[in-house]
Amino acid sequence: MNWLNINKNDRNLLIGFIVVVLLGPLIMEPIGGGYPDLLQKFAIFGIFAIGFNILFGLTGYLSFGHAAFLGIGSYTAVWSFKLLTMNVIPAIILATLLGGFFALIIGFIALRRSGIYFSILTLAFAQMSYNLAYSVLTPITNGETGLQLRLHDARVVDGLFGVERTAGLPNTELFGLAMSGWNGYYFCGFLAIVGFFISLRIFRSPFGLMLRAVKSNQHRLSYTGLNTRPYTLAAFVISGMYAGLAGGLLAVTDPLAGAERMQWTASGEVVLMTIFGGAGTLLGPVIGSAVIKYFENIFSSFNEGILLNAFSFLPEGLQQAFAWTVGLFVGEGWHLTLGLLFMFIVIFLPGGLMEGATRIKSLFQSSTKGSPPIQKDLPVEKS
Amino acid sequence: MDAFILQVLNGLDKGGAYALIALGLTLVFGTLGVVNFAHGALFMLGAFCAVIVKKVLTLERVELDPTQLTAWGSPVEIRTHYIEEWFGDFGTLLIDFSVPASIFLAIPIMLILGIVMERGLIRHFYKRPHADQILVTFGLAIVIQEIVKAQFGANPIPQATPEMFSGSADIGVLMGFAQNTVVYPWWRIIYLIFAGVILSSVFAFLQFTTFGMVVRAGMADRETVGLLGIDIDRKFTIVFGLAAVVAGVAGVMYTPILAPDYHIGMDFLVLSFVVVVVGGMGSLGGAVAAGFLLGILQSFASMNEVKSLLPGIDQVIIYLIAVVVLLVRPRGLMGRKGVMED
Amino acid sequence: MPILTVKNVNKRFGGLQALDNVNLEIEAGTVHAIIGPNGAGKSTLLNCFIGKLIPDTGLVDFDGVSLLGKKPHEINQVGVSRVFQTPEIFGDLSLLENVMIPSFASRDGAFRVNAWSSVENETSIKEQAMALLEDVELADSAQVIACQLSRGDKRRLELAMCLVQQPKLLLLDEPTAGMARADTNNTIDLLKKIASKGITMMIIEHDMHVVFSLAEKISVLAQGTVIAEGLPEEIKGHPKVQEAYLGGAHL
Repeated sequence: MNWLNINKNDRNLLIGFIVVVLLGPLIMEPIGGGYPDLLQKFAIFGIFAIGFNILFGLTGYLSFGHAAFLGIGSYTAVWSFKLLTMNVIPAIILATLLGGFFALIIGFIALRRSGIYFSILTLAFAQMSYNLAYSVLTPITNGETGLQLRLHDARVVDGLFGVERTAGLPNTELFGLAMSGWNGYYFCGFLAIVGFFISLRIFRSPFGLMLRAVKSNQHRLSYTGLNTRPYTLAAFVISGMYAGLAGGLLAVTDPLAGAERMQWTASGEVVLMTIFGGAGTLLGPVIGSAVIKYFENIFSSFNEGILLNAFSFLPEGLQQAFAWTVGLFVGEGWHLTLGLLFMFIVIFLPGGLMEGATRIKSLFQSSTKGSPPIQKDLPVEKS
Repeated sequence: MDAFILQVLNGLDKGGAYALIALGLTLVFGTLGVVNFAHGALFMLGAFCAVIVKKVLTLERVELDPTQLTAWGSPVEIRTHYIEEWFGDFGTLLIDFSVPASIFLAIPIMLILGIVMERGLIRHFYKRPHADQILVTFGLAIVIQEIVKAQFGANPIPQATPEMFSGSADIGVLMGFAQNTVVYPWWRIIYLIFAGVILSSVFAFLQFTTFGMVVRAGMADRETVGLLGIDIDRKFTIVFGLAAVVAGVAGVMYTPILAPDYHIGMDFLVLSFVVVVVGGMGSLGGAVAAGFLLGILQSFASMNEVKSLLPGIDQVIIYLIAVVVLLVRPRGLMGRKGVMED
Repeated sequence: MPILTVKNVNKRFGGLQALDNVNLEIEAGTVHAIIGPNGAGKSTLLNCFIGKLIPDTGLVDFDGVSLLGKKPHEINQVGVSRVFQTPEIFGDLSLLENVMIPSFASRDGAFRVNAWSSVENETSIKEQAMALLEDVELADSAQVIACQLSRGDKRRLELAMCLVQQPKLLLLDEPTAGMARADTNNTIDLLKKIASKGITMMIIEHDMHVVFSLAEKISVLAQGTVIAEGLPEEIKGHPKVQEAYLGGAHL
C-alpha cells in the first residue's frame, strides 16, 4: 500500500478500520445494533465528527455552527434528487461542494477572530441559517414540514436517460442499486473509509503539522513565516465539506431534509462526539460518534413498560421507585444522561475516551516495565 | 412617529431581558474569566420558580357535591384552593400576584444555586482553557434543561399577569397622539421599570460599596487585585451568586410575557451572548446598552414595512449586527482592550 | 553594505514622542546591540521592524525592500527571524517538530496545502532540524514535548527554530531576560557561536554583561533618539551615555 504513502502502523490502522466497517453488521449483532439504520448513522456521524476534528482537534478553533453545513448538505442532496436524478453520486458531490462553499464564505468572515469570538460568530451564522431556513427560505427548504420528494419532481437527468417513473416515490439509487438498508450502509461506510483516510493523511502531513502548530502557538507561527489565516480557513472548509457530505448522506439514506438539522443543538452534538472520543486523535471522533449514537439508540428505546419489567423481581414499591429513577435517564431522558456524561468527560477526561485508553495502557505498562518513557501528554498520535 | 415609538417600546422589554442576562454574563466573564453557557439555564430556572410558586399556591382540595349534578350526571366537583381557605381574600390576592410573589422564592434559591454552581464546578475551571469552560457549562445547561423537562414536561406553561396589570395602557395619549395608536400592555411597563431598578441597583452596588469597588478592580486587573491580599475567591462566589439572582428574577418577571418552557434559557442565552459581544466583552455598560439596542432593532426589523423590504430580516437582524460589529469593532461597542482576547 | 537601514523614523503616541528621528544602519555579518534606559523607545523601534507598528514618517528598509506595513509572516519570509523576550515555542509539539515547522516555512513559503507527503518522509527537513538541535545541544530530547523544557532550554530551542531558516537578520529581544546566571552564560556562549558563523544579529538588551560580551557595534537610545553609536569601547566611555544611565553605574 505504498501508493497510499503511509507507514506500516497507519496501514494496519487503516486495514483495521476497513475491516470494522465491513464486518460492522456482525460486530454489532451480539449487542443488539446489527441493523442498517443504526450503522448508517455510525458511518454518517463518524464522517461528520472526523471532519469537525480536523478543525477543532488540530487547530483548536471551536466552531458552534457546523450543523449549518450538515443542513446545507441535506438540502442540496434532496434538491439533486428532485431536480436531477435519484442517483446518489451527483447528490453527494454537490452536497460536499456546497458545504465547502458555504464554509468558505462563513469561515472567511468568522476566522478574522479567534477564541470565544470565533465560537460566537459561527454560532451566530448557524442560527441565521436556521432561522432563514424556517422563514424566508421556505421555497427552498419547505419550512417546518421539511423538504421531501414528490411524485412530480422534474428529475431532468433521469428523464434524459429514460428512467421509468415509479408509481410511488422513487428510491435513492446508485446505478440501479437501491440505497436503503445494507446497500446504504456500505455506501456510507465506503465514504467513511475514504474520509478517514483523508484525515489520516492530513494528520501525518506537513499541512497537519501546521494546523497543530496553529493550536499550539499561533503567534509564533506567524513570526515563523507562515500565514495562519489560509491554514485555518483550509481546515474550516475541509471540515465544512465533511459536514456537507454527512448531510448529503443523511438525505441519501432518507431523502428528507428539515431545518432542525441546522439548529445549534445539532452543532453541539458533533462537538460532543468529538470531545467524547478524544479531540485531536484520529480514531477518537469515530469512536465518540459510534458510542453516542449506539447509546442514544439503546437508551431512548426504553420506556416505562420495559423498565417496570426489568425491575419486576423487586417488591412493587421498590419496582416503581427504581423504574422511575432509571426512567429519568433513559427514553426521553437520554439527553440528561448525555449531558452528565459530557460534563464528566470534560471535567475528568478532557482528552476523551482515547486519553482514557492511553492512561489505562500506561498504567499497565508502568506496572510491568517501570516508569513509562517521556511521551507527549496530548493525545495526538505521533507522526 | 407613533409607530416608531411603539416599536421602541416593544423592543424595550425584550431588551430589558437581554440586558439583565447579559449583565450577569459580563460580570462573570469580567471577574471570574469564565464563559458561562449555563447562564441561560439560570434565567430558565428563575422562570420555573414562578411556575412552582403558582403550583403551590393553587394546590386545591376537590370535594364532590352529590346534591348538584353536572350535565353528564356526575356529582359536581367543588375545588377550593387551600390558600384561599386559610387566608381568605389575601389568599386570592396572593394567587393573583403569584408571579411577583415568586421573586421572594427566586432570590434565595438562585443565590444558593449560584453559589453551589460556582463552588462545585465553575471554580475548578478558572485555569482551564475557554473551550473547556464553554463545554462543561454547555453540558451543565443540558443537564439542567433536561431535569426541568422531566419535571415539568416539554410544553410552555403560561403564567397569568396579576389582574390589575392585565390590560394595556394607552400611553400614546400621554404623548399627544390619537387614541389607540400607542397601546402598551401594563405588564411590559412593569417589566421595564423592574429591569431599570435591578440594573441601577446592580450598578449602584458596584459603584458605591467597597465590595463593588473590589469587583470592579478585579474586572480591570485580576492579578493585581489578587496580589493585594484581598480574598478574591470568596468575592467571586458572591459575584456569581449575584449574577444568578439577576438572571433568575429576570426570568420570573418575564413569564407573563413569554410562557416558559425548558429551552427558553438556551434561546435567550444565544441571543445574550451576541448582546455581550456586541456590547463589548467585559463592559457592563456595553452589555446593558447593547441589550436594549438589539431589542429595539429586533422589534423594528419585525415591522411589516421593513420585512417587505428585506424579507427575513427579523430573523437574522441580531446575528447580522453581531457579525458586522465583530468585524468592524472587534472589541464591541464599548469593549476594553485585553478582555478575553484569545 | 548595510542590511537594515532605518531612516528618519518618527513615532508619536498622543503627546509622547516615542521615536524622534531615529537613524540606524546594521551592517551584514555584525552583532549590533541597541541599549538604552527604560522607556527609551527600544520596544517601539523593534515593533517598527516587525510590522506591529507603522512609524508616522521614515523608512525601514531591509535588504532593498521596505518592511513597513508588512505582516509578520511576510517579514519572516524576506529573511528576518525573531527571538522573543519570553521564549515563544510550540509548547505541545515535540522539539523536532518545533524545528521542522520553520524549516517547512522556508522551503514551502507562507502557505501550502501539503497534505500528500508525510512529515516522517521529509528526510532533508528532518535532518536539517536534527542538525540544528545538535548545534544547540538538544538533540537527545528531540522527541520530548517542548513545554517540559527549562527556560534556558526553551531559549535554545527558539534559537534553533530561527537558525534553521538561515535568516539574513536575527532579531533578539532581551534574549536573557529572567534567566539565571548560568543560563545567561550558556546563552551568551551559544550566541557567540552563532555570531561566529557570520549571522547578522540585532540585540535589544538591558544586561550590559550580555551586551559587552557580544556586541561589535552599539547604538544607545534615549528618549526616542539615538544619542551615541560606536564600538563597545567608545560607548563605554561616552559621556552622553553615562549621563543617560545616571552616572553610568552599570558601566
